[in-house]
Amino acid sequence: MKAPRFSYVRPESLDSVLELLAEHEGEARILAGGQSLMPTLNMRLSEPRLLIDINRIDALKGISLEDGTVRIGALARHAEVLESPLAAEHLPLIADAMPHVAHVAVRNRGTFGGSIALADPAAELPACAVALNASFVLASTRGRRTVPARSFFHGLYETELAEDELLVEARIPAIAPGYRSAFMEFARRHGDFALAGVCCHARVEGCVLRDVSLACFGGEDRPRFAAAASAAAEGRAWSEEVKDAVKAALGGELEPEGTFHASAETRVHLAQVLAARAVDRMLAAG
Amino acid sequence: MTDRPEAAGRPLPRGSARRLAAGRGRYADDLRFPGLLHLAFVRSPHAHARIVKIDPAPALAAVPAAKVFTGADIAAVCTPWQGKMDHLPTLVSPPQHAVAVDRAVWQGEPVAAVAAASRALAEDAAAAVAVEWEPLPAAAVRDRTLDADAAPAHPELGGNLAYAAAIRAGDPEAALAGSAHVVEACFSFARHTGVPLEPRTVIADYDPGEGRLTVHGSHQAPWHQQDTLSRHLGIPEHLVRVVTPDIGGGFGIKLHIYGEEIAVSAVSRILGRPVKYTADRLESFISDIQARDQRVEARMGVDADGAIRGLSVDALSSFGAFASYGRAPVNEGMMTISMAGGPYANGHYEGRLRIAFQNKPPSGMYRAVGQPIACAVTEQLLDRAAHAAGIDPVEMRRRNYWAEDAFPLRTPGGIAMDRLSLRQCLDRLVAMMGYDALRAEQAALRRSGVYRGIGVATFLEMTAIGAERYGPAGARISTQDGATVRLEPSGRVRCVTSVIEIGQGTLSALAQIVADRLGVAPEDVGVVGGDTALAPYGGGAWASRGLTIGGEAAWRAAEGLRANILELAGSILQADPAGLDLAGGAVCDRATGETRITLAEIGRIGHFRQDTLPPGVQPELAVTRHYAPDDVPFALANGVQGSSLEVDAETGGVRLLGHWVVEDCGRIVNPLLVEEQIRGGVVQGIGGALFEECRYDEHGQLLNGSLADYLVPMAAELPDIHVGHVETPLRGTALGAKGAGEAGTVGAPAAVLLAVNDALRPLGAQVSSLPITPEAVLNAIAAAA
Ligand SMILES: Cc1cc2nc3c(=O)[nH]c(=O)nc-3n(C[C@H](O)[C@H](O)[C@H](O)COP(=O)(O)OP(=O)(O)OC[C@H]3O[C@@H](n4cnc5c(N)ncnc54)[C@H](O)[C@@H]3O)c2cc1C
Repeated sequence: MKAPRFSYVRPESLDSVLELLAEHEGEARILAGGQSLMPTLNMRLSEPRLLIDINRIDALKGISLEDGTVRIGALARHAEVLESPLAAEHLPLIADAMPHVAHVAVRNRGTFGGSIALADPAAELPACAVALNASFVLASTRGRRTVPARSFFHGLYETELAEDELLVEARIPAIAPGYRSAFMEFARRHGDFALAGVCCHARVEGCVLRDVSLACFGGEDRPRFAAAASAAAEGRAWSEEVKDAVKAALGGELEPEGTFHASAETRVHLAQVLAARAVDRMLAAG
Repeated sequence: MTDRPEAAGRPLPRGSARRLAAGRGRYADDLRFPGLLHLAFVRSPHAHARIVKIDPAPALAAVPAAKVFTGADIAAVCTPWQGKMDHLPTLVSPPQHAVAVDRAVWQGEPVAAVAAASRALAEDAAAAVAVEWEPLPAAAVRDRTLDADAAPAHPELGGNLAYAAAIRAGDPEAALAGSAHVVEACFSFARHTGVPLEPRTVIADYDPGEGRLTVHGSHQAPWHQQDTLSRHLGIPEHLVRVVTPDIGGGFGIKLHIYGEEIAVSAVSRILGRPVKYTADRLESFISDIQARDQRVEARMGVDADGAIRGLSVDALSSFGAFASYGRAPVNEGMMTISMAGGPYANGHYEGRLRIAFQNKPPSGMYRAVGQPIACAVTEQLLDRAAHAAGIDPVEMRRRNYWAEDAFPLRTPGGIAMDRLSLRQCLDRLVAMMGYDALRAEQAALRRSGVYRGIGVATFLEMTAIGAERYGPAGARISTQDGATVRLEPSGRVRCVTSVIEIGQGTLSALAQIVADRLGVAPEDVGVVGGDTALAPYGGGAWASRGLTIGGEAAWRAAEGLRANILELAGSILQADPAGLDLAGGAVCDRATGETRITLAEIGRIGHFRQDTLPPGVQPELAVTRHYAPDDVPFALANGVQGSSLEVDAETGGVRLLGHWVVEDCGRIVNPLLVEEQIRGGVVQGIGGALFEECRYDEHGQLLNGSLADYLVPMAAELPDIHVGHVETPLRGTALGAKGAGEAGTVGAPAAVLLAVNDALRPLGAQVSSLPITPEAVLNAIAAAA
C-alpha cells in the first residue's frame, strides 16, 4: 500500500520543532528513525497531516555521562547505543538488551527516543528504563518537564507525552558499585518482539539481593515494575524457595493478555522462568 | 546412456547471480509503460457476505479521473472459470469470477477494481468505494466444516464436501489387528502460504488497433496464462503474448490463475491502455493461494521385529473457497494418501480423503504439494512403532525399505517406483551426521537435564510430472518443454527455452548441457526464455521439472544441432561427418582430435556464404526439440534428512543444532544449484515445522496477515544444512536428471517433528500439530506431567 498524502517539514532547530508541534497540535507526527512510523503510514493505520523530521536536530543526539547519570539523546540510534562503550560500562542492562531489539538494518535507523515514545508493550527499551528507574525529559513551547519512566507509560502505545510535546532525552542512573543486572527475553525468532521478557537489576552481596528491581514486558499493555516479585527477592539469599516466591509473586501481579502467539498463562509462565534465569545469570556473572 | 558430459556435473556459479546481487534484476514492477494505469482492489472485509450494493460515487468524488469496475463490469468481458477435473466427475467447485459477483466468499476476495494514474490514487479511490454488505455465516474452522450444522461456504452446493476418495490394498483391518504393536496419532498441518520475496505483479497492455494483448508478469506458467487469457477474454491465442522478466521466487504461488491478474487484462481490454497491478505484502496474505491445512488420523501396525504390517491414513483436507482452476486441486490431499508409507514394503493399506470448502483464500500447489504431510505422518508413526518395538529408528527404516530387487514396483498407494537408493542414502546420512555420536551425546546430556532430539526421515519427491497426471483432468497445462538451440555466425550458441527462471538457476544448467553437446564452454552459450511468443511452447517452472524435462529438450536440440553442424562441416571439408566431432569450439577429426574448422567459420559460412556451398546444401543452424516424459509418469527422487535439536523444557523453545540431507536427484548437472534448492527447500520445510501458519478466527478473519505476525524462518534460527548426494540416473532420458526443487521441503518438517518428539519422549510428551509452537510444547509437557 501507499501512504496517504501528508506534508513534510525538516526543521533545523529544536525551537522550530516545538513551534511546529504547537501550531499543528494533534495533526503532526514526529519522524525519528521512521522504522515504526513509516510502516503505519504505508498501511494507512494513521493519517497525520504533517511529518516533522527531527533528524537534523543536534541537540537530540549523542550519549553522555554527567554526575552518575547517563543521558541518551532521543535521536541516538539503536546501533549507536549498542556500540557505545559508555553504555556498555554504565548501563549493562541496556547493553544486554540492545542485541534483542530488531535487526541490524532496523537498529541502524531506529532511535532510542522513538522506541520510548512509541511505547510498544513488547519493546525492550521501555522495560529497561522502568527497571533502571530512568526518567525522560519532555519539551514543548510551554516548557520542559522530567517524567519518571515508571509513570510515563500509560498503556498500549499511550504515554505521558502531550500532543505538543517532544521527547528530548532519557536520563538513566549509571550502575552503582555492587550492582548487577541481567536481561532475558523469549521471542519466536531472534529480533521479534518478545512473548515475554524480564529486566533485573539489584545490588548483589554474595548471594543476597538488595534494592531489587524486576521489570517485565511483553504480555501486558505496558512494561511493569514488578513490585511484589522484587519485594519477594529483597534482602534474601537466592534459593529454590526464594525463586518460587518470586515466581508466585509474578503470578499474582502479572495480568497479560493472551494473543494467538501465546496465551496469558503461557506468558506468565515464561516471565516466571525468565525471571528465575535472569537472577541465576546475574549471580553467576559475579 | 551417453558418456558422462564435461561441463554438466561441475559446480559452476550461475550466470545471473552477479547481476541479481548487484541490483540489476528487472522485475515486472520495474518495467515502465507509457500511459500506464494502476489498479487497486476493493476487497471483502467479510469471509462470507452478500454484496448488496456497490456505489462508486464517493470514489469518483475523491479521485475524479478514477475508473471503478464491479464484478459485473469485468464479467461483461471475461467469462468465469471452474476448478474441475474431467476425470473426477464428483469434484464440485462453483464458477469463480475474476472479481466477485453478488457474493464474496473469503476475506480479501476482490469485489471491485479501481484504475487510476498512480497506485496511491487508486488506493485513495478504492478506499472510498461504498459497499453495502449482508454478512453470512462462514465455514472457517477446518475440523468442523463437514459437521451437519456447519455453515456452508457456498449455500448453493448444499454442503462443504468438495471431493472424497479412497485407496485400498490388501486387508488393512486384519493386518492392523494382527500386529504386535499398533501406533496411532492425529496430526494437524496448519494452513500456510509461500511468501515469495517478489509479490505477484502483472502489467497487461491491450492494443485495440491490432486486438493484441501483451502481458508482462511474474508467472511460473506463462503458457497457462496465455491459454486462460485467450479463452476467458475471447482473444485469439496467437494475439496473446505473456512475457516473464526476472522473477523473485514462486514456490507454486505464481502458477495459479488469480482473479486480480485476469482482471488487469480485462480492464486493459476495456480501456485500451496498459494497466498494472502489484500485490503488496498485506494483499498477498489474503489473496495468494494457501496450502497444507489438513488433519490426518493415521495408524500403523508392526510385527515384533519391527516389520510394517499395515497402514491406515484418513485425511481431511481443505480447498479454501474454490478448487484452484486449471491444475489438479485435489492433489494436496491425494498426495497425502497416495504417498503415505511410500518408501516402505507393505501390502496392506487404506487411505481415505475428504476435501472440504472453507471461506478462505483458494488453496493451491505450494512447493512439495501434500508430500510433506505424507512424509511426516509415515515417519512419525514409524518412529513411534520403533520405540514400541524397542528398535533404533535408523535400524527400523533399514528393515522396512523396499528390497533392492523389488523395483520396479507399484506401491499400495499407487505410486510407480523405478530403482531408488533408499539404503545408500540412509547409510550416507548416518555417516554424515555422526548418528551414533549424536545418540551418545544425547544420552549424556539427558542426565544433566538437557533434552536433545534426533529425527531421521526418509522422503520421496515426485518430480517432472508428465501428461498422464494432468491430461485426463483436462488441465490445459503442458507437461512438455521445448528448446531451440542455434549457432550464431560467431560460433557462439544461443538457446531459447520454455523453462521459466524463477530464481533456481536452471538456465545456467541448460547452458552447461548445451555446451557439452556442442563442445563449447558454458559461457559461450546464451540462454533466454520467458516469452510465449518467441520461445517453444512449454510448461514453465513447477513440479521440479526444469532440468528433467527442459534439460532433456535442450540436450536433444543440441544433439540435433550437433548433427547439422557436422553435416555442414562435412560438405565444406568434403569429409564424412561420421569422422568428425565437436570440441574446443571447433569441428575436429574424431580419430586424431585435430582441429578441422572452427565453429566461427561454420557460422560465418552457414549464415553468410551459402554461395560457396555445393548445390543443394541448406545449412540448418537452429534446431528445436521438445520432450515430454514418456517412459515413466514422473521422475521419483528420494533421500533422507536428519535433524538434531534441543528443546527447552521450561520455555518450549526449539533450538535447531544441525540439519543433514542426502538426496538422489539422478544425474547432477550442477551441484551448487542442487544444493541451493535443497537448502532453500529445507528452510521452507522448517518454516512449516516451527513457524508458518495462517491463523484464522472462527469467522474466517485472518489474524496474522503481515510479516510481523506470519513468521517465516530467518537466518538466526537456522542451523547449518549439510547436503550429500547419491546419483541414480533417471531411466529413459539421455540426461538422467530428476527434479530437486521440492526435496528439502518434503522431508524437513518430518525430520524436525521427529526430533522434537525424540527430545520430548523422556518427559512422556509428544506433539503432532505443525507448526510446533513453544506453547504447544509447553502444553504437551504439562499434559504429560
Ligand atoms: C522489523 C522490525 C522489527 C522490530 N523489532 C523490534 C524489537 O524487537 N524491539 C523493539 O523495541 N523495537 C523493534 N522495532 C521497532 C524499532 O525499534 C523502532 O525503530 C522504534 O521502536 C521506533 O523508533 P524510530 O526512531 O524508528 O521511531 P519512528 O518510527 O520515527 O517513530 C515512532 C513513533 O514515535 C514518535 N516519536 C519518535 N521520536 C519521538 C520523539 N523524540 N518525541 C516524541 N515522539 C517521537 C513518532 O511520532 C512515532 O509516533 C522493530 C521494527 C521493525 C521494522
